[in-house]
This record gives sequence, C-alpha cells and structure tokens, in this order.
Amino acid sequence: MPVIVVEVMPKAELLDPQGKAVAGALNRLGRSAYSGVRVGKRFELHVDGEVTDALLAEAREIAETLLANLVIEDVVSVHELRDAEALA
Amino acid sequence: MTRVGVVTFPGSLDDGDARRAVRLAGAEPVRLWHGDHDLQGVDAVVLPGGFSYGDYLRCGAIAARSPLMTEVVAAAEQGTPVLGICNGFQMLTEAHLLPGGLVRNDHGAFVCRDQRLRVEQTGTAWTNAFETGEEIVIPLKNGEGGYVADAETLARLEGEGRVVFRYLEVDPNGSANHIAGIANERGNVVGLMPHPEHAVEAGFGPDTPAAMRSGIDGLRVFRSALEALLAA
Repeated sequence: MPVIVVEVMPKAELLDPQGKAVAGALNRLGRSAYSGVRVGKRFELHVDGEVTDALLAEAREIAETLLANLVIEDVVSVHELRDAEALA
Repeated sequence: MTRVGVVTFPGSLDDGDARRAVRLAGAEPVRLWHGDHDLQGVDAVVLPGGFSYGDYLRCGAIAARSPLMTEVVAAAEQGTPVLGICNGFQMLTEAHLLPGGLVRNDHGAFVCRDQRLRVEQTGTAWTNAFETGEEIVIPLKNGEGGYVADAETLARLEGEGRVVFRYLEVDPNGSANHIAGIANERGNVVGLMPHPEHAVEAGFGPDTPAAMRSGIDGLRVFRSALEALLAA
C-alpha cells in the first residue's frame, strides 16, 4: 500500500530539550563524535489508491495546518515512501 | 445569573475545579462537551487544563480542532470572554485565537509549584478585578509551558500591552520575556499557563503569610469575567 511520509522538526532556533537529553546520554555513553541531537517526528499516511501530485499537495497542506505547528516546527519533507525505505 | 461554560475534552483534568471556581465567583457553571456543536447560550467559556487527547500530536492540537471549538472560535470573535488555562492556553494558540506557541520546558522536567505572578494588564475580561502591577500567587503545573513567539510578535504583544501575566522570581519553563499569560487584541480572550482555579477557596489554595493554603488570588480571574459581562 502506498505511503506518504511527512517529516517535521522543531524550529532550529528553538531549544530542543528532548534532543539535549539524548545528546547528554550519548556523551555519558562515550559516543563523543556527536556534537548535538535534535528530535523530530515522522508521520506515515497510508493511501488507498495511487499517490498523485494532487494527493501529495494535499498531504503538504495537511502537514502545514495539522501535523506541524509552523510557529514552533518546520515541515522538512513530504514524499512518497521509496522502496528502499520500505524494505529497511 | 451569568452562565459560564466549561468545556470537557477527553483527557481534561481540571474541568471540575474550573466549574467550582465559576460557582465560587458567583456564576452558574455549565458543562459543555467538546463533541457537541452547542454552547448552550453561555455568556463566557473556560477551556480547562489537563492532557486533552493525551497531548498526542502536540499539546492542545487535536482539542483545538474538535467540533465545539468551531463555536468557541466564533463566539470569541464576537467578543465572548474566553479563558484558556494551561492545556486550554495551548488550545487557544493551536486554534490561532492567541499568537505564539508553547514548547517543552527548557529544563526538560515537569514543574509543580505555587507561582508568583505580576498582573501586567487589567484591561481584559479576565483581569479587571486586579490592580495593575499587583503580585499574586497561584499554582502552576506543566511540562510544556515555555511560551515562544517570533521577535515581531513578542514586540507587538509587549507594545500593545497584551502580556497579561508575567512570572516573578522564577521563570518555571523558560518562557520568552517571562510571559505567563497573554490576551488577544480585544482583551476578551486570555490564555495562561498557571491555574487560577486552584486558588479560589481558603483551605485549598497556595500558602500565604497569613495561613497555610489560604491563597485565593485566582478567584478574581473568574470574578473579572462577571464584571466584564455586567459592564458590557
């Protein structure tokens, strides 16, 4: 079944306490290569039929009005799930 | 008698306390259900605290799109007093009745304390019973109470006197400009993170120098709405 993926991240200028906590854990585990972590969201919209351009446009509109709050978040990607992703 | 509706959403926690506050302030509390399209002719609306819809998606996001909110937004735009407390404040920003948004506390933890505030603006439907600059103490309890808005919005809120409550002594959640509550342009819609409905009856409020749990500073928030409606 086709899937549209929507990815949302907290705005870059906002402090991300969740990411900060994860970064702290990495540091304590001795994983020192990472200077920071930010935590976002991924939505998978399952589609009954074919993923058309019109449907992708609608998904973007849904992303910007419901799935994300553009005051505090950015929609970074709206795309159809690729096969490689599906297998992973 | 003035009738004040308190909306119950799935996951609301403080709707009972809000109805009690309305009653103690001298009005008739009316239970409203989020799934209806009927405000039952109430004179004012309170969106209570809690974790509506489990705070799934974002705090207040799904509640802000529930059926009754269509009527709440329309009433607010007509000038009906609307108060959003904590989760209710989050709903008001998600419904675009108030600008900005609320994010996870900067220190990452849930915080519960008796919070000192300054009443910055007494020209709103929910603060006219206070003195400008008055300091009050009411409980605060949240995990996502950090107020954020872009620089332009903050400047406009400050310039137009729409910062209604400001944190004193401690900023419990890392809010921009220590903002605890704001109003819309007209002053009929107010949202705040602290809980006035938990400081309305001696014996059940915050401690004061006079006696344990005797703080009732929150009561005047609800009395203000009655005053505003009588004056209208």
